[in-house]
This record gives sequence, C-alpha cells and structure tokens, in this order.
Amino acid sequence: MTPGRTEAEVVLRLDGITKRFGALTANDAVSLTLRRGEVVALLGENGAGKTTLMNILFGHYVADAGEVEVFGQPLPPGNPRAALASGVGMVHQHFTLAGNLTVLDNIRLGTEGLWSRSYGGAREKVERLSRDFGLAVHPDAKVGRLSVGERQRVEILKALYRDARVLILDEPTAVLTPQESEALFATLRKATALGLSVIFISHKLHEVMAIADRCVVLRHGRVVGEVDTHATDKGALAALMVGGELSLPRAEAREPGAVLLRLEGVSTPGRGAAPGLQAVTLELRAGQITGLAGVSGNGQAALAEIVGGLALPASGRILVKDTPVTRWTPGEALARGVARIPEDRHHQGSIADFDLTENAVLEAYRTRFSQRGWMNWRAARGFAEEIISRYDVRCPGPSTRIRLLSGGNMQKLILGRAMAGGPKAVGPTIILANQPVRGLDVGAIAYVQGQLIAARDRGAAVLLISEDLDEIMGLSDVIHVMSEGRLSPAFARGTMAARDLGLWMAGQKFEDAHAA
Amino acid sequence: MSEIIDILLSASFWAAVIRIASPLILATMGELICERAGVLNLGIEGIMVIGAFTGWMAVYQGMPLWGGVAVAMAAGMLFGLLHSTLTVPFGLSQHVVGLGVTLFATASASFAYRLMLPEVTSPPKIDPFRPLDIPILSDLPWLGEALFSQTALTWAAFAVAGIVALMLYRTPLGLAVRAVGENPAAVEAQGLSVTGLRMGAVIVGSGLMAVGGAFLTLSAFSSFFFEMVNGRGWICVALVVFGAWKPGKALLGAILFAAFDALQIRLQQTELGVVLPYQLFLALPFILSILALILMSRRAEVPAALMVPYNKGER
Repeated sequence: MTPGRTEAEVVLRLDGITKRFGALTANDAVSLTLRRGEVVALLGENGAGKTTLMNILFGHYVADAGEVEVFGQPLPPGNPRAALASGVGMVHQHFTLAGNLTVLDNIRLGTEGLWSRSYGGAREKVERLSRDFGLAVHPDAKVGRLSVGERQRVEILKALYRDARVLILDEPTAVLTPQESEALFATLRKATALGLSVIFISHKLHEVMAIADRCVVLRHGRVVGEVDTHATDKGALAALMVGGELSLPRAEAREPGAVLLRLEGVSTPGRGAAPGLQAVTLELRAGQITGLAGVSGNGQAALAEIVGGLALPASGRILVKDTPVTRWTPGEALARGVARIPEDRHHQGSIADFDLTENAVLEAYRTRFSQRGWMNWRAARGFAEEIISRYDVRCPGPSTRIRLLSGGNMQKLILGRAMAGGPKAVGPTIILANQPVRGLDVGAIAYVQGQLIAARDRGAAVLLISEDLDEIMGLSDVIHVMSEGRLSPAFARGTMAARDLGLWMAGQKFEDAHAA
Repeated sequence: MSEIIDILLSASFWAAVIRIASPLILATMGELICERAGVLNLGIEGIMVIGAFTGWMAVYQGMPLWGGVAVAMAAGMLFGLLHSTLTVPFGLSQHVVGLGVTLFATASASFAYRLMLPEVTSPPKIDPFRPLDIPILSDLPWLGEALFSQTALTWAAFAVAGIVALMLYRTPLGLAVRAVGENPAAVEAQGLSVTGLRMGAVIVGSGLMAVGGAFLTLSAFSSFFFEMVNGRGWICVALVVFGAWKPGKALLGAILFAAFDALQIRLQQTELGVVLPYQLFLALPFILSILALILMSRRAEVPAALMVPYNKGER
C-alpha cells in the first residue's frame, strides 16, 4: 500500500522457529520479517501454530530451535520483560487483565520499579494515548465491569503505554462486533501512520484483506505462503490456508417432517441487561434446520437455556412431540434426544483439565459407560477414539487434556459427542447448535456445517443460533429473527433478503407489525 | 443487661480489647498479604507457635526484647520460605502444604523446647514489654487507660496494618502483589516474576504471623506454653475473609473478635457465669464471629487467582 515500503527498516525477524508440545509440532522452522509501518497478517486455521509462534516471540514459551531479532538485536528466549523492553507489545487473545483492578492500575502494572513510590504522570500519558489512538476508555473504571471491546482497548493501551513499536494482536476481532472491529482498524491505521508495525493474527479472510499489507499463511505449523494482500484475493488465501479449494456447504431444500419440539408462548424474566423471552412460540421440525438470527444479547441465550433444559419458562409450555413436558431439566432434555453444542465451548462445553475421553463421555457416563456404579473406561476410551477418528479431532490421543486442543478441534469433539447421541446412543433427534462455528477457521466451519446438514438429512431437527447472517441464510430451511426477546414469524428459505432480516434484527419490523 | 453495659463502659475492658487484638492484627495482615498474592497460607497456626517460641527463647537467652521480635520474624520467614517453595514454584496443594507446615512448625517448637530446656518443669519467665508511658495522653482520664497504656508491640501492630494498607494501595509493589493474586498471566505479560512476587509475599506475610505469635510471649504473657496460640491462627484466616481481603476491614474484624473475647471473660465472672456453663462463654466469640462472617463476606471480591498455582508456559 505504501510505495517504497520494501525499503523501510526491518524491525522484527523470526528465523527458523521450531516448537513442539509433546508429539505435536506446533511450529516447524517458521521465519518471518516485519518492517516499519507495515501490517503483516498471520493467517492460518485454528491449530496452525499462529498463537504459539507469537507466544514464543513474546517470551511466554521457549522455542526448541530458532532465533528472534528485534531492531537488529537478538532477543533472549523465554523472557517477556526483555520483549517488552525491546518494544514488542502483545494483545493476547485471552486478555491478561485483572478484573478487580482499575484500567489505570492494569496499564501501569509493572511499568515502575517495584520499590518506587509514586506514579508520575501515568494518568496523563494514558489519556494522551487514548486521544491519539482513538481508544476511548475511562481510566478509573474497574476492568471487570468493561465490555469486551473496551477491555481490548485497555490491552492495546497497555502495550502503547510501554512505548511498544511492534504490536502483536492475537485474533483481536474474534470477540468484537463489526463496529468495534472497524474502530480497531482505525486505531491500527493511526498506529502504522505513526511508524508502528503490527502483526495481525487472524483466520478471517476479509479482515486480513482489509487491514494487512502482507500476509503470511501458516498451515500445520509451517509457512505455506507469503503474499502481498493487494496482489491476491480471498479465494487464493483460503486455498493456501486449508490446502485446496474449499467452499462452504449450502443446504439443499428438503421436505420437513413432524414437529419434534414446540415452545408455546414461552416467557422468561430478563436478567440484568439481557432481555427475557416475550411469549415466544417456536416449532422445531424433523429434517429441518431452523435458523435463529439476531444481534447477540437479544434473548438467544435465554431461548437456548429453555431448549436445553437449563431454565424453565415463567409462563408458557414446552411440548415434545405434541406432549407437554412436566419435568424439564438438562438430563430430561438429553434423555429425549436433545443434543447441545453450547455457545461457550470452554465453560459449558468442556472441562479444561479433563482428558478427551472424560470429556467425550460427560453426557453419557452414567448410562452408556458405567455398570452398577463402575465406570467402563475401556468402552469410554473406545468411544473417544471413535469420535477422534470420525470427526478428525487433531490431538496426540484420547488421554490429552482438552485444554491443550485448539478451538476447532475442541469443537469437533463436542460435535462428535452431540452427534453420537446422549444417554442411549440412538443419535440426537433435536440439535441445539448455539454459535457452532464461532472462532473456527474455514476448514472447521465447513466441516461443522456439513455435519449439521447431514444430521438434518437423517431426520433431526436443528436449531441453529448464529449472529452470522451468511451462515443463517446458507444453512437454514426456515429463519426466525430475535430482537429484545421477541421472535419474528418464520420465513421460508429464500423469501427474505439480508436487508429485511436486518430490519427485523434492529427491532423496527416488530414495531411495524405491531402497529399494523 | 446493666452488667454488660458496665463492662462495655469500663476502661480496662477496652484496654484488654486492644491487647487481645494486637497479635490477631499482626497475623491477619500477614495472612492477608499471602492471600492477596494468591496463596492461602494455612501454615499460620504453626508459624505463630514458632514465633511465640523463638522470640521468647531468644530473650530468655539474653537478647533484648526487640531482638526477640527480630528472631521470631526471621524464623517465621524461614517457614514462609518452606511454604512458598512448595506452593509456588512446585505448585503443590496449598491446603496440604499449609497444614503440613503448621504440624511441622508446632512440632519443631516442641522439639526445640525439650532440647533446650530438658529439665524444666514450669517454663521460665522473661521480662516482657511494658506499657509505654506517653506524656499527656496516658494521663487522660478513661482514654488514658483504655487506649494509651499499651506496649510498643501493640503500637507496632496497628502501624503494620497502616503500612500494609499503604503498600497494597499506594505503591507499584502493592499493585503487583494484588495483580498476581488476580491474574498471574497479566503479571507475567508485563514482565514481572510471578514466582518472585508470590514467594516474597508469603515470606513477608509469614514473618508478620510469627511476630503476632511472639506478641503472646513477649507482650501479653511472659512465658511460653505449648497451647498458647490456641487457634488464633485459624481465626486470622477467617478474619481475612471477614475483612473482604482489605486491611482496614480486617483490622476492624480483629478488634471486633477481641471485643467478644474480652467480653466473654468478664461475663464469666458475673451472675450469668454461675448459671451457664463456662464453655458456652468460651464459644461465644467464635459463634459471633461466624455470624459476622456470614453477614460481612457476602459481597466480597475474592482474589480471582487465590489457591490457583501458576505454571509458566502452560496453555
């Protein structure tokens, strides 16, 4: 983008970085250069080794081989302090902030000598940086009370406060709304105009095309390509990333079957800022994918809790195959063939320090994998191995702790667990897929979506909750929109343009319908 | 009822409250520093015994009183080093290590006592700290007796509470200690040593606990008995929770507990003491503390990384 960019000085050089975790080679002789004032995107699938590489650069991990050079000086390995001192600042994907401390305290932590007494000018500097880079955030607010977008601004301010010249952003947009992402890009443009350099880790192609000057593609820990973004296109990048041409699956139309689950006039109380459900009536039919579109936080979570048995409606009825249910708990839902792919795979979907076998049998260990109160670990392990091979979960083996897996592989295990059917191994009849592909790379997205379609074709009723309209429109047979706890009528596939759905999402159409 | 009011109005009652609170304040501040850094130190009970014993023994062997305090502190720090080595770099269970340190420290004190004084039937006495005579203030009516006739170690205890509060909230060191108990990864990402901060906090905190124990032998009593710490360490662990991990509130909690304790001693000598079994009075401060704990600690912000060992480089 900038003419003569190639003459700019090299600020960062990674040379032949190799890192292994047990049997897994996360980085295999990776080399990379970064010049002054440029944005380099590090693109790759989940598990391609992007985060590991940056953690080595920043000193969280020690590489097994290879060297890091910043501004021509070699960087001692495994020392975040040295990385900071040399001008490298990192914005971690999982923020490293202390929630009970204020923004200012988080920013100045570790910047003064521990034995010095005062913080001269910290507030002024933070305020000046906020202004210069367009990072609005209140210095005295407790970080625990900030939104995700604001927390990210604090992370960036932390790096800038330390006079970072190289900013590393690890999947910065994974947690942001489109508007917040735009604001982030504006900040990054300001930063590069001031001579900073940025490494932007992402697996979202359109973002890489929008912000990066150059793009380094990683696959299975190896650099498989390095291209100028203005000399390529999304398709070529995607092909590099997954190693072949790839298109996302689209569901073909199909005749729906009987109603398997029906919510009738279901209402729930609101919780804090999150609205409750307002007399929601929803039908899930066999052999049909019901898409639920809407901006996050408009009652989707409450609806998912009702369907999954985690919450009971304050009023209204739940009918399974035309019979009203009297008891409705997660166990009851599982027993009636509801399979869940939870929104938050880290907290609801898995237990981080359990291994893959234990996680695989979480929903069925009392029925399928135990006899007279004793666990049948042999069967459990066999089940885990079956999921691992059938659903292509990349891992060293079934006794790996699940926290060591990348997001995509974790999701594949959860998907496999859901598809293999809960307590009775009959396969699910109702699949609750809440944001099933959030944070996944292209390859994993295609895979998960393909599996949902396959389940539908086997006769399952799928409820797909997503904030991604493309995903909703590509997969769903019928589409509902949620806004402030209200549910729109069902729209058949292809009858609604994205723009109209957007108006429903904004709540405007609800008011029109109400007025009419 | 009027008897209780009489007790509450007497100057000697309040003097006793402050005296009883002093060791609790010292040890509570020690525990608070440890927990703020993310380490639960259940070695506190044993470390207080060690402090009581070593401080007393040092003075008995001819050291000055402040020398005894210093020896107690050093001994406590040594056990703090043991505790933190096992819990921080090795990441062992803080419960198991803490209880182990308590047993080890208590037994060590007993062992050293038998070794150094093999033929003594009743423990020898030392000349303890005397109440300071502060001009004007000590001569005030009522207040002089209630507040200003305390030993130097009591003044030190209150000073320590102030210093801990200042350190935690007004210095970069305190910020780092609080942060390491909230999110060690954040501290690491800022280039500070999680291990160093946590070990330092445990060692200094253990030193304060030992001084709290030494208060018993060097200021409250003039001799050493094996049972003298008598659960005060556990009370301090509860006081930290009661104080919602804040030094000011924890200080108030220590004074409150001391007031219950001083009250029950005096109630035993009233008519009530004839009617009711004395064990009931002994239990009173604990019962009231539990009630206060339930009421006070509901909305406390627990250090998020308390009892979570930090392993560098692990995902």
